[in-house]
Amino acid sequence: MNFSFIHQIFSDYTLQVVLLGSLTIGISAGSLGAFAVLRKQSLLGDAISHATLPGVCLAFIITQSKAPLILLIGAGIAGWIGTLLVMLITHHSRIKKDAALGIILSVFFGFGLMLLTMIQRLPSASKAGLDKFLFGNAATLLKEDLHTMMILSAIVFVVLFLLWKEFKIIVFDKDFAQSIGYRINWLDIILTTLIVVTIVIGLQTVGVVLMSAMLVAPAAAARQWTDKLSIMVLLSATFGALSGMAGALTSSLIPNLPTGPTIVVFVSLIVMFSLFLAPNRGILSDYVRMQKHRKNIRLTSMLKNLMLFSEINTDPFHPHDIAALDAIGRGAINKTMMELSKKGMAQQFADRRWALTPEGLRMAKRLTREFEDKIYDQSTS
Amino acid sequence: MNAKTKQKTLSAIDVHDLTVAYREKPVLWDVDFQAPQGKLLAIVGPNGAGKSTLIKTILGLIKPAAGQVLVMGKEYKPQSRLIGYVPQRGTVDWDFPTNVLDVVMMGGYGQLGWFKRPGKEEKRLAFQCLEKVGMADFVNRQISQLSGGQQQRVFIARAFMQDAPIYLMDEPFAGVDATTEKSIIELLRELKQNNKTVICVHHDLQTLKEYFDWVMLLNIRRIALGSVTTVLTPENLRGAYGGRAAFLAGKDEEDVKK
Repeated sequence: MNFSFIHQIFSDYTLQVVLLGSLTIGISAGSLGAFAVLRKQSLLGDAISHATLPGVCLAFIITQSKAPLILLIGAGIAGWIGTLLVMLITHHSRIKKDAALGIILSVFFGFGLMLLTMIQRLPSASKAGLDKFLFGNAATLLKEDLHTMMILSAIVFVVLFLLWKEFKIIVFDKDFAQSIGYRINWLDIILTTLIVVTIVIGLQTVGVVLMSAMLVAPAAAARQWTDKLSIMVLLSATFGALSGMAGALTSSLIPNLPTGPTIVVFVSLIVMFSLFLAPNRGILSDYVRMQKHRKNIRLTSMLKNLMLFSEINTDPFHPHDIAALDAIGRGAINKTMMELSKKGMAQQFADRRWALTPEGLRMAKRLTREFEDKIYDQSTS
Repeated sequence: MNAKTKQKTLSAIDVHDLTVAYREKPVLWDVDFQAPQGKLLAIVGPNGAGKSTLIKTILGLIKPAAGQVLVMGKEYKPQSRLIGYVPQRGTVDWDFPTNVLDVVMMGGYGQLGWFKRPGKEEKRLAFQCLEKVGMADFVNRQISQLSGGQQQRVFIARAFMQDAPIYLMDEPFAGVDATTEKSIIELLRELKQNNKTVICVHHDLQTLKEYFDWVMLLNIRRIALGSVTTVLTPENLRGAYGGRAAFLAGKDEEDVKK
């Protein structure tokens, strides 16, 4: 069973095209998406991809051709005009960027849907198939489509590689980049164009509605795992490629399953996994760190309280009632005392009374001294 | 006239009749401003006085509505690398995935030119600049893990990497603790000793005399420009800060009596 499945992948021509296509999309969308996310332009990707729909439809209406290159050129032009309008609106009016993005996205997408409906009612025989641009259909990819996609993404990669340091600095510190003579307007236009091209590459397979997920999700997941830009881009590309291939494969094997949503399901899994389980930035690791911190505070303050109590007595190891300790403690009294006794810093006496051990007293003194040192440092500097 | 005497009389920065406006509102109005070479110069004024705008206009980040900026006697182009720039700390996202050494190396990007990547030589220089600002131990530190004072010193190291004759710094003392402030002013004095010109946007009138030798009071217009002792008069302060200056000026006179 397993063997025949693998055999099928390597011998089936359609599947090969599908896999290579989604690999290409995943890699290019993943790496460009890293820059989009770091520039806080995630929503721009969404607006651009929705804005491409009227371009696809108009290209078909004007040329009556369904050649992928023609439709994709139409998509690219429309996406570009959409981006340009967003920039113009934010520059020359008092409308804020998020509103401008919302306007362009809905207006273009609405117009595109209208055109799509019109096309579907045309009597022409070649009308069918344009609706795959909505949610994507990997199974209809042809070898020619694949070649177009690969050439486009090769161009994207060459530009990204050549302008790596330029892109990095305009994303991190635009003003500084400009102050050392970088033409940030041009770099801005080039980077945005690369994002448009990347979206165009994925349109047929993933669809206009969900293409932005391919840009944003792998990048957001990758950011969780690393603090280095180059590794983030590589990881993002890998996540994009993996989810792209898994989604495309699943949707081709199960009839009537649209590709875009399937890919998004896979990429969401990767995002959720990264969000929760990544070291350092993950939610789980945050939680563990916070718990450790809380425990530390609980133990420290209990040690100090015990020492405070012992100062009233002549004997520093005099046991105190747990109720008294609980009254001035920071909660979780039983757990706290058990943890202290495990560390050998406190010991229990039979009648729910607790006392410091010599080790505990030493630690309490040290903690008090360190804390006072810190305060002293701050007031003198 | 030989080159040497020409250099001596030349202002590091010479701004003529500069006017900058956002929409209709003027931010800088007809400002004339000369920064002599080899001085520590402070630009001082209330919020919204146009201090940062002046710096950004000199750097060519903002296009003026009118006026002219000359740097070392010539019309300024960012490509000429005469100015090292320390922007306000808060203008960048410190969660950007990169480390300290990388940020400092960005100071050398201008010299590298298109397409070229920084190499060993740039790394060595960046390390030296970090040593100068006392951040050598933080070379590989993620920038998200730096304190405010450390961020400021990384930015100053990046400006050192530019190795320019003039430095423009936008509030280098904002939000740093007293120790860091002392170490930053030491760095600025060192720059001055090496005959560099340093221009800072500054906010603290109390430390002005101690830190700087030249000052411009700015409040959209130029109120006063000159050596610290001649400029810090009660009238000038009132001119820059309005009614609030009564308090500031009173304090200043007490200082003079001491």
